[in-house]
Amino acid sequence: MPTALDDAPAVKAAGAPGPRRVRRKRRGVALPYLLLLPAILLELLVHLIPMIAGLVMSFFKLTQFYIRDFSSAPAAGLDNYKFVLDFNFAAGKSLLGSFWISVLYTVLSVGFCWLFGTSAAVLMQKNFRGRGVLRTLFLVPYALPMYAAVITWSFMFQRDTGLVNSLLGIDSFWLIGDNSFWSLVVVSVWRNWPFAFLIVMAGLQNIPGELYEAAAIDGAGWWRQFQAITQPMLRPVNQVLLLVLFLWTFNDFNTPYVLFGASAPKEASLISIHIYQSSFVTWNFGLGSAMSVLLLLFLLIVSTVYLGLTSRRRNAVV
Amino acid sequence: MSEPRWVPWARRFVLGFLALFTLVPLYAMVSSSLKPLGDVQGKWEWFPSTLTIQPFFDIWETIPLADYFMNSLVISGSAAILSVVIAIFAAYALSRFRFRGKNFFKMTVLSTQMFPGILFLLPLFLIFVNIGNTTGIVLYGSRLGLIITYLTFSLPFAIWMLAGYIDSIPKELDEAAMVDGTGPLGALIRVVIPAATPGIVAVGIYSFMTAWGEVLFASVMTDSGTRTLAVGLQEYSTQVQVYWNQVMAASLIVSVPVVAGFLLLQRYLVAGLTAGAVK
Repeated sequence: MPTALDDAPAVKAAGAPGPRRVRRKRRGVALPYLLLLPAILLELLVHLIPMIAGLVMSFFKLTQFYIRDFSSAPAAGLDNYKFVLDFNFAAGKSLLGSFWISVLYTVLSVGFCWLFGTSAAVLMQKNFRGRGVLRTLFLVPYALPMYAAVITWSFMFQRDTGLVNSLLGIDSFWLIGDNSFWSLVVVSVWRNWPFAFLIVMAGLQNIPGELYEAAAIDGAGWWRQFQAITQPMLRPVNQVLLLVLFLWTFNDFNTPYVLFGASAPKEASLISIHIYQSSFVTWNFGLGSAMSVLLLLFLLIVSTVYLGLTSRRRNAVV
Repeated sequence: MSEPRWVPWARRFVLGFLALFTLVPLYAMVSSSLKPLGDVQGKWEWFPSTLTIQPFFDIWETIPLADYFMNSLVISGSAAILSVVIAIFAAYALSRFRFRGKNFFKMTVLSTQMFPGILFLLPLFLIFVNIGNTTGIVLYGSRLGLIITYLTFSLPFAIWMLAGYIDSIPKELDEAAMVDGTGPLGALIRVVIPAATPGIVAVGIYSFMTAWGEVLFASVMTDSGTRTLAVGLQEYSTQVQVYWNQVMAASLIVSVPVVAGFLLLQRYLVAGLTAGAVK
């Protein structure tokens, strides 16, 4: 048994180690850290240090006047937070508005992605003619570069030259006003449901066929098998899938940005767009950072509660 | 399994609907790329009155598409290769060693998936500018800066997925190699990497796709010399008009490499997802 795979305390417990042993042990202990080092350094540089910087920035009055010399920006304490959380004022009101738009967007988009993905994967469990072609076709939206897909949709949503109005026989605006929210949902579902399909399909492949055979021998019909085998066996897959879709959709910036440009209509102003506009259009990075931190806190709380609930249920089942 | 009568009908209806939903935008993209400008500026026509491949020649003239293509290729390719290499080492460490801080690292890596990009865009921009000012390593506005940024975007998922994949390779295989006299790194290179090739390929495609499609950081972190396709494609819209046929032709061109790669290697990707993400 090589040292690298040994538990370090076990080696120590083996008594007074000889010099050779010490060297081998030390190498064994350091190696995993060396292997992780590049990943750790890059995560630090691109994610963790900027995150901490963002957190610090949220406590300063970092407006356009201090962009050149950040160190001279006056401390704001909790002022930025108080300002964006005061729902009687415009800033708080519009943040709350964006928050609810994001919530509705996420619920609808994740819901439809999951529904489409699961239905397609389950209905394609059985072999039929054309299954391979269909499977390949369904994966195309996920493989397409996101901006190419969204640009195509924005072409289809054009009022005078677009396919959507021609198909529906109407003459509506889709990229401004109330409709813009629904355009956003449609594009996001079109793009993301294949991911749900892919994951659920992978999950279905992991269910042993014997389970269905045994159930069939016991006389369980299609629906009963779906309820008693497919659903519970997919539960862990679904738990991960829904969390990932939730995080992606709630943070989505790209879809509205490519569909509408930098200034999305207020009906479709997701929270990330709202933060982008506060930071880069009105140049208030302190406020933008405070809103980002609040967004992160919200996502952390939801994810933690979700993981807690699902793992408790998982333990209860096992 | 014998199905109730409604299942085949549900299958036809649901799959038919999803196939149409998927196909219509793809058709719009392809057919519009073959229309003359006058046609895409008029009312939508399902069938082009005249077929032309002129847009596929014009796209290279209207904007410097070839330069953007090259930038995207270099940036996404480098990000994919580096992220795969770094992820292999990290995943091997997570899968085969027990060490202090392992769970902390795993949780940190996972939670970076949660960060809203907008949260660290500005601080990262400032850090890159500062590194440039103090060390002379140009990260802001350079390809290198985007490569480093993008490779960390796919890294958490790559590590997560590869660790799961390597878990599914029997430990006895690399232990046998080590008994034969190679160190842990030798075992990684001679046994684990060959056995994990499908997972590695899948992670590589995923990383490439992530970088090829990213918009937000590309729009802030590039200048005219390093602009990627994600930003460059917007230049087909001028103040006066939008060259929709060229936009669609260019969209098609930038989609072909990733879609082809993805579809060719989707089996590996599904296998990788099964081993890593789905447990």
